[in-house]
Amino acid sequence: MRARPDLIEHLPRLRRYAKALTGDVNRADDLVQDTLERALAKLDLWQPGSDLRAWLFTLMHNLFVNQIRIKRPQETVMEDALDEPVSGGQMEALAARDIHAALARLPEEQREVLLLVGLEQFGYAEAAQVLGVPTGTVMSRLSRARERMRQMLAGEPAVKLKLVI
Amino acid sequence: MTDNVHEHELHAYVDGTLPEARRLEVEAWLAAHPADAARVQDWIGQNQSLHAAFDSVLNEPLPLNLVRATRRPALPVPFKAVAAMLSMLVTGLIGYAIGLGTPGQAPAAPAYLARDAAIAHAVFSPEARHPVEVDAAHADHLVAWLSKRVGTQLQAPDFSAQGFDLLGGRLLTGETGPVAQFMYQDKIERRVTLYVRRAVAGNKETTFRHATENGVDVFYWIDGDFGYALSGQIGRQAIQQLADAAYSQLVTP
Repeated sequence: MRARPDLIEHLPRLRRYAKALTGDVNRADDLVQDTLERALAKLDLWQPGSDLRAWLFTLMHNLFVNQIRIKRPQETVMEDALDEPVSGGQMEALAARDIHAALARLPEEQREVLLLVGLEQFGYAEAAQVLGVPTGTVMSRLSRARERMRQMLAGEPAVKLKLVI
Repeated sequence: MTDNVHEHELHAYVDGTLPEARRLEVEAWLAAHPADAARVQDWIGQNQSLHAAFDSVLNEPLPLNLVRATRRPALPVPFKAVAAMLSMLVTGLIGYAIGLGTPGQAPAAPAYLARDAAIAHAVFSPEARHPVEVDAAHADHLVAWLSKRVGTQLQAPDFSAQGFDLLGGRLLTGETGPVAQFMYQDKIERRVTLYVRRAVAGNKETTFRHATENGVDVFYWIDGDFGYALSGQIGRQAIQQLADAAYSQLVTP
């Protein structure tokens, strides 16, 4: 009987990713909870010595994709993300609002890659493994995601500033 | 886009995954190609914005239902333990460890100190880009800021004799109030963290204790009103040497 790995230490990062991915703190924690339940049920399938974190993110990705599939064609716009208070100064909050809004408008598959690489610091090959796609696909999604974010973030701040001040 | 530098190399540059020699070549390329440089700058800005928007989640109290969901349902949780955990619902980052370990009674300090410190170590030490909130370049500010929040004059011990340099620090939330975490790194990027927080009232001063939590070695002790725990995965002996150094520098006369 081998020792079971402790999942607690992975909780904070799973929550961070889920929050960025879903744009909603409740939906995020539901997703984390589902991920943990599935992880416990399948823990015997996990290879000791392999990257537990990547495995957990893979489970979360699969659950997330299933959720989207069920939800379609309903729009997955996350307007409530705009009303969420953000720690820090006013300007920080504004920047955060923009990034929330821009993320929400990014196609899910691009959002996942951008977050896995840019926020969660997965390597390209690791991200490919988590998402179950070739590394080349990760690269092209990343490229499209960053360009799209660039366009969205470039256009908007002036308007948002007016709204808040 | 170019005959010299590929698009994917610009991304690899942003994500810090290029070999050093190639990184310098890409840097030179960017200096001569302002349009690409502007894109790269924006991408770097996106990564920073993502961290600014979501890193605070790392430091939030963990919801109780999620903590419980990390445990096998097959393990029966005694009613008293549930009650103890519920009472800690609002108490911050790491209260759960107590409830799970010692159902129904006040924690025997400072056993949980090691566990909390090891978790905080495991959470933050792998962060490649944002392991700390304030870096060592602003060491004075860092120490003053953490001292103010934790409520005592802190000191970041000097481990340079042991080959570890201060990387920076961050503020965490614990059930006895704010917690300071100092992070150190050696030449081969191994990291150790020193976790400092106000001890639960009634603690006696202790000598060193050692614990291993999920592969993380922790040496911990209480001095005055404060609990200290040094965590790392650099071998028990190496971490003990650092703990000795910290203890001799920090202990109050």
